[in-house]
Amino acid sequence: MPAVQETVERVKRIDVDQYRYGFETLIESDKAPKGLSEETVKFISEKKNEPAWMLQWRLEAYRRWLTMTEPTWARVDYPKIDFQDLYYYSAPKPKKTITSLDEIDPEILKTYEKLGIPLREVAMLEGVEPKPGEEDPTRRKIAVDAVFDSVSVATTFKAELKKAGVIFMPISEAIREHPELVQKYLGSVVPTSDNFYATLNSAVFSDGSFVYVPPGVRCPMELSTYFRINERNTGQFERTLIIADKGAYVSYLEGCTAPQRDENQLHAAVVELVAHDDAEIKYSTVQNWYPGNSEGKGGIYNFVTKRGDCRGDRSKISWTQVETGSAITWKYPSCILRGDNSSGEFYSIAISNGYQQVDSGTKMIHLGKNTSSRIISKGIAAGKSQNTYRGLVTAHRKATGARNFTACDSLLIGDKCGAHTVPYIEAKNSSATFEHEATTSKISEDVLFYCIQRGLSQEEAVGLVVNGFVKDVLQQLPMEFAVEAQKLISISLEGSVG
Amino acid sequence: MNVAVAKTGKGRAVSDLFTSAEGRLPGSPSVIAVRREAFETYERLGLPHRRIEEWKYTDLRALVGEVLPLSAAPDAAALKRAADAVKVHAIAGARKLVLVDGVFASDLSDVKALASEVGFGTLREALEKDADLLKTASTDAVIALNAAMATDGVVLSIADGTQLSAPIQIIHLATAASASAFTRSRVMVGKGARATIIESFVAVGAKAYQVNDAVVLSIGDNADVAHIRLMDDAPDAVNISSHFVTVGANTKLNFFNMTTGAAVSRLQGFITLAGEGSELSANGVNLLQKTEHGDTTLVVDHAVPNCVSREVFRAVLDDRAHSVFQGRIIVRPDAQKTDGKMMIRALLLSDEAEADNKPELEIFADDVSCGHGATAGALDDSLLFYLKARGLPEKQAQALLIQAFVGEAIEQIADDGLREHVIGIAERWLERRQ
Repeated sequence: MPAVQETVERVKRIDVDQYRYGFETLIESDKAPKGLSEETVKFISEKKNEPAWMLQWRLEAYRRWLTMTEPTWARVDYPKIDFQDLYYYSAPKPKKTITSLDEIDPEILKTYEKLGIPLREVAMLEGVEPKPGEEDPTRRKIAVDAVFDSVSVATTFKAELKKAGVIFMPISEAIREHPELVQKYLGSVVPTSDNFYATLNSAVFSDGSFVYVPPGVRCPMELSTYFRINERNTGQFERTLIIADKGAYVSYLEGCTAPQRDENQLHAAVVELVAHDDAEIKYSTVQNWYPGNSEGKGGIYNFVTKRGDCRGDRSKISWTQVETGSAITWKYPSCILRGDNSSGEFYSIAISNGYQQVDSGTKMIHLGKNTSSRIISKGIAAGKSQNTYRGLVTAHRKATGARNFTACDSLLIGDKCGAHTVPYIEAKNSSATFEHEATTSKISEDVLFYCIQRGLSQEEAVGLVVNGFVKDVLQQLPMEFAVEAQKLISISLEGSVG
Repeated sequence: MNVAVAKTGKGRAVSDLFTSAEGRLPGSPSVIAVRREAFETYERLGLPHRRIEEWKYTDLRALVGEVLPLSAAPDAAALKRAADAVKVHAIAGARKLVLVDGVFASDLSDVKALASEVGFGTLREALEKDADLLKTASTDAVIALNAAMATDGVVLSIADGTQLSAPIQIIHLATAASASAFTRSRVMVGKGARATIIESFVAVGAKAYQVNDAVVLSIGDNADVAHIRLMDDAPDAVNISSHFVTVGANTKLNFFNMTTGAAVSRLQGFITLAGEGSELSANGVNLLQKTEHGDTTLVVDHAVPNCVSREVFRAVLDDRAHSVFQGRIIVRPDAQKTDGKMMIRALLLSDEAEADNKPELEIFADDVSCGHGATAGALDDSLLFYLKARGLPEKQAQALLIQAFVGEAIEQIADDGLREHVIGIAERWLERRQ
C-alpha cells in the first residue's frame, strides 16, 4: 500500500527539532498602545479606515465584553489572562505603498517561504503528484491570503478569482469595498454577544479573510489563509467570513503557526460560514500554533469560535480540522442545520503532547427537516497532555427526520496523559435518529510487536498505527493538506514513546 | 446570583421549614450541629438549576420550585393503610423493612427474622451516637438538604461471610399528601458476604409529595451483592435519590433501577470501585409517560486497576416525557487494565418526548479499554410492519418491540426471581399504555 510506504518515508524524514516553525522574523512593526480600552478599539478602526457603522459595531461589542466573564466550563487550566497586558494590534511597518508582491518586506516573504507557503502564486505543494485521471489544471492552484500578526500582507490569484466572480480579500478591505455584504452577514452566525472570546474578537479583530462566492459558481481553486503570529505580547484576533450563495461551492484551508516564545500568546478568532440553498462550504484547518516547550512553558492560547450556518435548503458545511499545536485549544466548530435537508460534517484529529490541553469538539444543531450530521473525532493524547472531546448534538421539535452519527475515539500514548469524552445528545422528537459511540484505548502491544518484528523502530511503528487511526479524517482533507497533516502528526508525537 | 435566588420567597419558606422541623429531627447535639451546617450549605446553593452542570437537564427550580414541608409522623389510620399496601408490594420471600412517610414502622417490618442474620437499627437510634452517618463527600445541594432533614432510615450491618438466606426489601410508603419525606439508610456488607437488597418506593393514596432519599452502601472484599431499586411513586410526586457506593476487591455488584413513577425523579449514583478485580453491572430502565421527567445520573469511579464495569440503560418515552441520562466513567491515573462500557438507548414513542443523554469518559490511564454508546430514535418501522403483517394490532406490536428493547437491560439482573418480577412491572406499564 503506497500510503503506508509514504508514511514510513515521512516518519524517517522527521526533523530533530519538534516545532519547525518557531523562528521569529525581525521586522519593524506598527503597534497599538498596550491594553484594551475604547481608545484601542477606535485606534484599530481608524488604522483600517473603517466606516462609522463598523466602529459603532466594534464599540457595542467592546461595551458588551466589559460585562462578560471568562468561561470556565472547559477542561483546561491556565493562569488568568491579563487582557490589559496585550497588544491588540500589530502590523508590519509599511515602507511605502505596496503595489505588487515584490514590494512586500522581503523578511515577510522569507517567513512565508520558510513556512512553505506559496505567496508567489506557485502552488505546487511539496510531494504532491496529481493522480492519473485527475489532471485538472485548476486542481493545484491555491489562492492564499497571508495574515501576519494583525494584518493581511498578501492575497494571491485575485485577478483569476475576480473573473469567476469570487470575492476573496482581507476582511478589512471588504468592509470598505463591499459594505453591503459585510453588513448583511457579519455577526449573523456568531453574534457579537455570543461568548466572551467572540465578543472580544468583535471589538478588536484586525483582519482575516472574506470570501463571497456568487450563485451557481464553483470556486475555481482552493482558497487558503495562513495566519502567523510574530510580534511579542500580541494577541491575534482574526475574523473570517465566508458566504456561499445559492448553488455555490468553495473549499477553504487555514493554517497557523507562531514563533517559539516563553510567554503565552492569545489567539481568539471568529469564523462565520453561511451556506445558502444548495451551497457547499468545505473548511479545513491545520492548526499548528506553537504548543509550548517540553516543560509546558509558553505556547498559544487558542480560544476560537467557529460556526457555520446552513441557512438554505440542501446546503452543506463540512469542517475538517487537524489540531496539533497550541498550549490550550478551546474550539468547537459548529453547524446550525437550519435549511431542510441540509447537512453538516465534522472531522477532527486533535493531538496533544507535552503539557498541551485540548478541549475541542463540535455542535450540530438540527433545526430543519431531514437534516443530517456526521461527527468523526479522533483524539490522541501523549506526554502529560489532556485531550477532551466535547460535543453537542441536538434535534429540535420540528427537525423531523434528523439523523446524526457520531464516533469519537481516543488513543492514549503513555500513562501520564488523559483523554476525555463529554458528549451531549438531545433528541426532542421521535423521528430523530441519533447514534453515538466512543472508545478509548491504547495502541495494542500485539500490533506494535508485529510492526517492530518486521523491522520498524518503535517510533515508526507508532507513527504507522496512529496514521491508521486517523485515516478516516485525513481522507477528508484536500490532498495538499493531507500530506502536510500527516507529517505534522508524526512530528507532534515525536518523543512520546520510549 | 445563587445567593440572591436562594433568598426568594420560596427559599425563605424552606428556611422556615427547617426551623420549624428542627425540634422533630432526631440526633444528639453534635448531629444537630452537622444538620445546621448542611442546611446552611443547602441554603447557600438553593435548589439545583440548569446553570449547574450536573443538573443541566434537570432544573429543579423550574420543575419542582419549592421543597414541601416535612411530613408529619404517620397516624394509626395511615399505618393501617400502609399495612395493606405492604401486602401488595412485598416481594415474596423477602424480609421487609418499612418506612412510612419517612418514619420506620417496626410493626410492619420483619425485624425479628432479620435480626437473626444481620445487625439492624434505625437511623433515628443510630443518630443518637453517630453524627458521621449524615456526612458524605458530596457538595450537592439536595444531598446537603437530605443530611439536614433526614428523619429516619435503616442501618444494616451484614457481617463478614454472611450468606443472607432471603433478600432484604426496604419499602418506602407515602401516605401524606403535599409533604416531604427525607430518609437516609446505611448498609455495610462485610467481606465474603452475599446479599440481595431491594428498595421499593410506593404511594399509598398520597398525592403531590416529595421524597429525598440517600443510601450509603459499602461492600467489603470478595462479596456478592445484588441491589434492585423499584421506584413507582405517585404520578405527581417528586423522587430525588442519591446513592453512595464503595466496592471492595474481587466483589460483584449487580445494580438495577426501574423508574415507572413520579412526575420528577432523579437517581444519582456515585459508585467507587475501590478494590482490584471487582465487577460492576449497573443497569436500569426508565418507563416514562405524560409529562414525567426521569433522570439517571451515574458516576462510576475506577479508582484502582483491574476492574470491570458494565452499564446498560434503556428509556422509553411516551407523550411529553423527558428522560435524562448522564453517565460518567472515571479512570484514575493508576487504574490500568480498566474495562468500562456504557450503553444508553432511548426510545421515543411521541414527537413531543425528549431524551437527553450525556455519556462521559474521563480517562487518566492509558492501558484501558473504555467505551460508550448512545442512541435515540423511534421504533423501527420495518419491524412494526413485520409484526402487523402477521396480524398483530399496532399497540400490541409496539408493546412487543418495547419489551424486547427494555429486555436488554432487564436481563442483566442476575437473580431469576427478581428479573421475572421486573419484567412483570414492565408488562403492566405497557398494558396500562394500551
